[in-house]
Amino acid sequence: MQYKLSIPCSKSNLEKVRNFVSEALNDTQLEEVECHKIILAVDEVCANMMIHSNGCNPSKKLDISIEHVPFKQLEFIIRDTGKYFDIKGYHEPSMQEIVSSKRKGGLGLILVKRIMDGIEFSTEKNYNICKLTKKLNFEV
Amino acid sequence: MVEISTKEEADYCLIEVNGEVDASSSIELDDAIKAALEKKLNLLIDLQKLDYISSAGLGVFISYLEEFKENERKMILFGLQPKVREVFEILGLQHIIKMVDTKSEGIDAV
Repeated sequence: MQYKLSIPCSKSNLEKVRNFVSEALNDTQLEEVECHKIILAVDEVCANMMIHSNGCNPSKKLDISIEHVPFKQLEFIIRDTGKYFDIKGYHEPSMQEIVSSKRKGGLGLILVKRIMDGIEFSTEKNYNICKLTKKLNFEV
Repeated sequence: MVEISTKEEADYCLIEVNGEVDASSSIELDDAIKAALEKKLNLLIDLQKLDYISSAGLGVFISYLEEFKENERKMILFGLQPKVREVFEILGLQHIIKMVDTKSEGIDAV
C-alpha cells in the first residue's frame, strides 16, 4: 500500500505530517508506543528538511510517500528541492557535548538513527531524497 | 499545538504542559522554563497531558540543565505517558533529567 502527501515547508505543517503517518500506520498492527516512535522519526526528518534545507519557506514543498509492505517493512521517502544534507559530514554529538553547550538542537538525527533501521540521503535530478526504512518483525 | 500554564507555589514553580511540543511549538515551552528560572525557584513540570514531544522539546529541557545546576535549583518532570517516556529513554535522558511518576513524588524531591 502506498500513501502520499505534499506539503509546504512550514513548521505549522508538522502536525499534518504526523497525522498522515499515523493514518498510514493504522494498517500495520504495530503497538501505540512503536507507532509513536516511527511518527517521531518522520517528523524529525521533515522538520530538519523544512528548517535547514528550505529555510521554512512555504513556497517550497516536501513530498512524502510511505510504502507499507505488510509484515515486512515500511519505507518512507521524503523529497525536497532545497539544500542537500550530506550525512557523511555529520558528526553525532555526545549528550555531554549537548548538555554542556546548552544548545537546543542536535538531537533529531540521533533519534531517527535509533528508531529506524535504515536512513539514506541521495539526490536525483533536482531532488534531495531521504529514505527511511523500518522492518516489521512479527512472529509467525 | 501546546498549551502551557505556570503556577507559583511557596517553594516551587509548577508548569503544566498540555498537547504536543514539536519544532513549531517548542518556543512556548522554552519561554515558560526561562521565566521560571528567572524566579530562582525549583521547577516541577506536569507532563500528564503531554501527548507528543519531538527533539525540539527535548532540546529545551536539556538546554536548561546546566543553568539549574549553576543556580542550585532543581527541575523535575512528572506524569509522563509511557509513549512520551519512551522518547526520553531512547536518548538516555532518564539518567540526566529527574523524572518521577506523581506530583507528590515531585514535591518530595524538590
